[in-house]
Amino acid sequence: MQNPTDAPVSPTHGATNLTTDLTTDLAAGLRLPTNGLDYTILAIYFAVVLGIGFAARRSVRTSLDFFLSGRSLPAWITGLAFISANLAATEILGMAANSAQYGAYTVHWYWIGAIPAMVFLGLVMMPFYYGSKVRSVPEMLLLRFDRAAHLLSSILFAFAAILIAGVNLYALAIVVEALLGWPQWVAIVVAGAFVLAYITLGGLSSAIYNEVLQFFVILAALIPLSVLGLKKAGGWGGLVDKLTAAHGHDFTTAWGGTGIGSANPLGANWLTIVLGLGFVLSFGYWTTNFAEVQRALSAKNLSAAQRTPLIAAYPKIFIVFLVMIPGLVAAALVPGIGTSGSDLQYNDAIPYLMSQLLPNGVLGIAVTGLLAAFMAGMAANVSSFNTVFTNDIWAKYVVRGRADDYYVRFGRLITAIGVSASIGTAFLASSFSNIMSYLQTLFSFFNVPMFVVFVVGMFWKRASAKSGFWGLLAGTMTAMVNYFVLYKRHVIGIPSDQGANFVSAIAGFVAGAIVMVIVSLFTAPKPAEELEGLVYGTRSPGMAEPPAPGDEAWYRRPALLGWGAVILAALCYVPFSF
Amino acid sequence: MTDDTGHSGFHYSERDVQREVTDLEGRSATAARIFDLRRIIGGLFVLYGIIVTITGITDSRAEIDKAQGININLWTGIGMLLLGVFFLVWLWLRPTPPPLPPAEEADG
Repeated sequence: MQNPTDAPVSPTHGATNLTTDLTTDLAAGLRLPTNGLDYTILAIYFAVVLGIGFAARRSVRTSLDFFLSGRSLPAWITGLAFISANLAATEILGMAANSAQYGAYTVHWYWIGAIPAMVFLGLVMMPFYYGSKVRSVPEMLLLRFDRAAHLLSSILFAFAAILIAGVNLYALAIVVEALLGWPQWVAIVVAGAFVLAYITLGGLSSAIYNEVLQFFVILAALIPLSVLGLKKAGGWGGLVDKLTAAHGHDFTTAWGGTGIGSANPLGANWLTIVLGLGFVLSFGYWTTNFAEVQRALSAKNLSAAQRTPLIAAYPKIFIVFLVMIPGLVAAALVPGIGTSGSDLQYNDAIPYLMSQLLPNGVLGIAVTGLLAAFMAGMAANVSSFNTVFTNDIWAKYVVRGRADDYYVRFGRLITAIGVSASIGTAFLASSFSNIMSYLQTLFSFFNVPMFVVFVVGMFWKRASAKSGFWGLLAGTMTAMVNYFVLYKRHVIGIPSDQGANFVSAIAGFVAGAIVMVIVSLFTAPKPAEELEGLVYGTRSPGMAEPPAPGDEAWYRRPALLGWGAVILAALCYVPFSF
Repeated sequence: MTDDTGHSGFHYSERDVQREVTDLEGRSATAARIFDLRRIIGGLFVLYGIIVTITGITDSRAEIDKAQGININLWTGIGMLLLGVFFLVWLWLRPTPPPLPPAEEADG
């Protein structure tokens, strides 16, 4: 399901940061000294974005082309789009904010909170997803469970996707207003219109192509910013010294202060980090969020689909430095950042460094990268929304059995409606930001039970058709009750939103699993022949396809890529563990 | 028991999905008609690289001082130029493969 702000796992950090902090005030003094050169760079980008939409248009013949790029893209494209769909601007600003606030704990969202789940998706789950030829995550639930589970997950996904797209658009408007001085409504309408145009024209192919382009532009923006930030702070050693003097030794370590019972600003101990963030939240987001999985499903064969999240894992391991360093530098240079003593909020870390360090030229690249990242974050949600709404809701329950070109036309129409709805959501968010952040947290808890239902359904063939729906419902309710009643009303004492979020996820996972077992024991199992290719140990015809020429090469072997990423992420922890 | 109902029916099985998607894959136009993204990335980054490199060459002391004494436009520009050239060279060395006729794909 959808995760708010496209932050990898946590509904609280990005959601609350961006909808409350950013809303209230992105400091007024952040106006960038942009000039004609910077605007030229931005204009070139917008022209290319539209050009991709027009050029991709002729590749759309069937609904499969429009919604899944005809399952024909190479792995390097789907892999970079996979990481890009996650690397939305809310994630970039939110994770820099996280680093300015909590320090090096941010690495957990990447190394333990992403890599294992991405590798699990590629190595274990992708043969079932891709081999069964489903077009969406809810469709997988329809095959494994029943219509109740399918409809519930489709409708919740569709709502969440529009909500997140709207929040992205709103966050873009706030940032653009602060940095460039455009009125909010101009930014909302312009960005919405561009996303609408290129997705309606070229469908998923044009969304994915633009995401790959965005990946490189955002790197071109963040690398110079991190290098200059480090230089200004006196190199890595100087940065660590400054932060240790101001915030203590634990601020620049990953595990310092996370012993059970000891206090740390994150409000979580190593066990809730590993189980809540690393296992439940992260697996829920990366393996069942259709906005991500859709990129892998558009790959040209099973090997490419498996490699999609694995190729994405390598940049994911290192991107943390590009968001964490600006956050840490801001924390070192602006002593009171995020407190009442300073004009700057945590979310201002990257915009602040942009205005302080980047001369015109690179500044234009950075602004372009930020805008591109906002638009890609929105487009990923819109392109997954139109797929679920058309294939899973409209074509299965409302207007069934029409010719394929009807569904392509409907897909284009619902894209327009979806974008309009997100524009409306963005305007709503500007007046009711608290409600929006509440809704985001609410929807985010749906990730967790989705993952329980998938895992139990995939590894336990006795799980009955009815158990899916009840597992989803029970898991969602438990996570919500734990968060909104037990934590918010102080029935149980958890020191921070982050910590409560991790604990709620664990509770939701356990409750969902228990309810699934109980319901399965009292209802009839699915006949074995209907589970072929859906349960671990069985095979579907789609898994039997022979490898494409060249796919036997050692560097394309999924197992090697996957375990390589896990080992690399574990090694990255070493220098941050002491 | 699922065969007779088909994709418009109440009961929907994996066989229905396989049949429907395989049929759509056979008629898909993406593989045959989509342009090669390497050309776009290469072109855009060569253009950006040239613009930003020239800016770096002509930058005054004030810009360089702002960027901590590093001519960041020059270095970023060169980096982007190299990335763009990389994609164009890759495209030149390994051009877009001609798409397989869809009928062949089905029987491998």
